[in-house]
Amino acid sequence: MSQPAESAKAAPRTAVLTVEGLDVTVGPGVRAVREVSFTLERGEAVGLVGESGSGKSLTCRSVLGVLAAGCEIPAGRITLGGSAGEQDDLTTFTRTQWDAVRGKRVGAVFQDPASFLNPSLTVGRQLSEQLRVGSGLPRSDARSRAVELFTAVGLHRPDEVYHQYPYELSGGMLQRVLIAIAVSCAPELLIADEATTALDVVIQAEILELLNRLRTEQGLALLLVTHDLAVVAESCDRILVMYAGEIVEDGPTAEVLATPAHPYTEALLRVASIGAWERRDLEIIPGRPPETGAELPGCRFADRCAYAAQQCTAGPVALHALGDHRRARCLRPAGLLDEQVKEEAHA
Amino acid sequence: MSSPTASHTTPSATTHTTPAAAPGLAPERKGPAPLLELAGLNVSFGRRATSLRRAGRTRVLAGIDLAIGPGEILGIIGETGSGKTTLARATVGLVRPDAGRIVFDGQDLTQLDRSGLREFRRSGRVQYMFQDPLRSQDPELTVRQIVAEPLAAVGALTRQGRAERADQALTLVGLDAEALGGRTPGQISGGQRQRVSLARAIVTRPRLLLSDEPVSALDASNRNLVLSLLDRLRRELGLAVVVISHDLSSLAGIADRVAVLYRGRLVEQGPIGEVLDHPLHPYTALLTASAPSVRREHRLLPSQLRAPAASSGTQSWPDDEGCVFAQHCRFADDACRAEPRPGAVTDTPASAAYAVACHHTATWRDQLG
Ligand SMILES: Nc1ncnc2c1ncn2[C@@H]1O[C@H](COP(=O)(O)OP(=O)(O)OP(=O)(O)O)[C@@H](O)[C@H]1O
Ligand SMILES: Nc1ncnc2c1ncn2[C@@H]1O[C@H](COP(=O)(O)OP(=O)(O)O)[C@@H](O)[C@H]1O
Ligand code: SF4
Ligand code: SF4
Ligand SMILES: [Mg+2]
Ligand SMILES: [Mg+2]
Repeated sequence: MSQPAESAKAAPRTAVLTVEGLDVTVGPGVRAVREVSFTLERGEAVGLVGESGSGKSLTCRSVLGVLAAGCEIPAGRITLGGSAGEQDDLTTFTRTQWDAVRGKRVGAVFQDPASFLNPSLTVGRQLSEQLRVGSGLPRSDARSRAVELFTAVGLHRPDEVYHQYPYELSGGMLQRVLIAIAVSCAPELLIADEATTALDVVIQAEILELLNRLRTEQGLALLLVTHDLAVVAESCDRILVMYAGEIVEDGPTAEVLATPAHPYTEALLRVASIGAWERRDLEIIPGRPPETGAELPGCRFADRCAYAAQQCTAGPVALHALGDHRRARCLRPAGLLDEQVKEEAHA
Repeated sequence: MSSPTASHTTPSATTHTTPAAAPGLAPERKGPAPLLELAGLNVSFGRRATSLRRAGRTRVLAGIDLAIGPGEILGIIGETGSGKTTLARATVGLVRPDAGRIVFDGQDLTQLDRSGLREFRRSGRVQYMFQDPLRSQDPELTVRQIVAEPLAAVGALTRQGRAERADQALTLVGLDAEALGGRTPGQISGGQRQRVSLARAIVTRPRLLLSDEPVSALDASNRNLVLSLLDRLRRELGLAVVVISHDLSSLAGIADRVAVLYRGRLVEQGPIGEVLDHPLHPYTALLTASAPSVRREHRLLPSQLRAPAASSGTQSWPDDEGCVFAQHCRFADDACRAEPRPGAVTDTPASAAYAVACHHTATWRDQLG
């Protein structure tokens, strides 16, 4: 959980998004997201990483109010901007209230671009509609602005793409269309859930540069879900690590990558192949995460943890503050362990 | 994306290996006959008329020569929209090529009629793992049914037997068959869906697997798990695997060779370590330089390789004329208006299997600051 005492004494900053104690259930009593808390500040980029199925997308979907049927938020608050009143909690928003937020104050790009576009309208039409509704541009301006945005996201022949239907574009081109739509109304917050995974690295680098520019020029805050730690290293100020529904680590990117505190983060960094171009053994983290929503007495990583001790499974493990900027959900944070203890554990 | 009225000669539409004008074009391969051989493959799609262009055909692949042997892993990398998926779809008969041969195990698939092709697909000898699982998986079926489906087409096992084989395949890709088997695709995460697609693709124990971005939605550990599984299948069963991926670093961990596509052309192919470490084509160099990294130690910077902004997007160098990369190439000159043919590279250790399509292969690096 967040530590009010800690954040109160920090310098005044402008929160764009605050998530507090968020739980998401995907069936009766099946908590797939558990007590997730974090904040995003104006212009800040935060990388959200973690095991496949750990709850990253559910977290993003909660912030956007687009959870699938059957998924619910039994606990937690999500607020935008500095607003803190009861009435500003997004988890209580009605459909009309969402219309003023989604696509306007908060933009989103998801993992599966095709399912967010209307298959029977050209992509140009979909973008200019958004511009007309969201920014009130007249039809002709919306059109030329749309072509500009398509150019900005690196689509070759933007005026031809304007007239194409989603099925005529490759996955990567669709993803760029979605990014153009997401940033079209100059949102305060952009949620990018694996927005660049369908793109080649050249285009990915260009898109990340574009997002960076929007951050510095417009103060856009970015929540970037990715499996590529190098992307986080290059473009995020802070990193949040999820495991089995929980945030297990939170801190400035460079520090976390250099000295991971949580054993899961450490293991993930060990197996990730970053920038290595030779043939090698591809290492894995042995074992499997607990079943979604399983209720366990103690640490959810204990089964797979090299440093697990008796105390780890005795009771719930809280997300502790480690100094001013970092948090970890671990009783024996790896970064603080003796080198010798670590060597023995891995032996 | 190309003009249908181009006046210069596109690679000849002959069905045989590439024209004799350029010697040593298709890299020669040592060893046994390839399991799959593509020769002179051309694919285009019909295009509607728009306010800017008349209706016509858009060329998506041109003059592709590729081969893969049993137990071999071939990586395919390249630009978004460059035709990687189309290449895989053509190979399994989902897209009809305009020209060229697709020879699988001695049989030319382009000569098969519709029912012959259906028969071939049903046999399960070649499997294709779709890039976008959400679009390709039936939302009404359970995960177990989705995985078992290709077995029903083969028609070999009982229902019970099929369900068991499906569960084995799910376990192989690191999924909990018991927990996930009964859910529908909408009820699992993106990475889980991707592994369901892979389980479905290997359940018939194919001889060739075409996997379109099989690990893009996975975390590092599961990525390695899936790639090691492919590595094991090729060693133990002689499975040939084509892996389309944007993750150069993971690919380098298992692939033997890599082919680089740019706008429908193969611009470079060779042993993956050599190609990535010391690319001979400027596009490959840009690709490797753009790969994100935690520490940039051993590489060129993308800015050293990108064309100055002014030169791209100008109309002075029409598509379909000369080198496909010319509009974005920092090293383009007048010579590049003639189309470079993939020529074999002779001064590398594995020269027999190395080819690159650039007029300035030997010299462009000299221009780097
Ligand atoms: N059915 C179709 N009709 C028209 N054009 C198509 C069709 N399928 C693909 N294309 C076009 O062919 C080109 C290659 O598409 P393909 O999907 O093969 O690219 P890709 O390399 O797999 O890209 P990505 O990495 O984005 O998936 C693109 O320009 C695409 O728009
Ligand atoms: N609609 C749903 N019904 C049931 N389970 C779900 C649903 N959506 C997600 N889950 C489960 O919740 C967990 C987290 O999913 P998700 O947030 O999509 O993971 P990821 O971190 O890969 O994005 C996974 O175990 C997944 O199977
Ligand atoms: S609490 Fe214990 S078991 Fe859990 S991650 Fe930390 S050391 Fe490992
Ligand atoms: S042929 Fe010319 S334009 Fe093409 S890659 Fe080589 S130098 Fe660049
Ligand atoms: Mg996801
Ligand atoms: Mg593709």
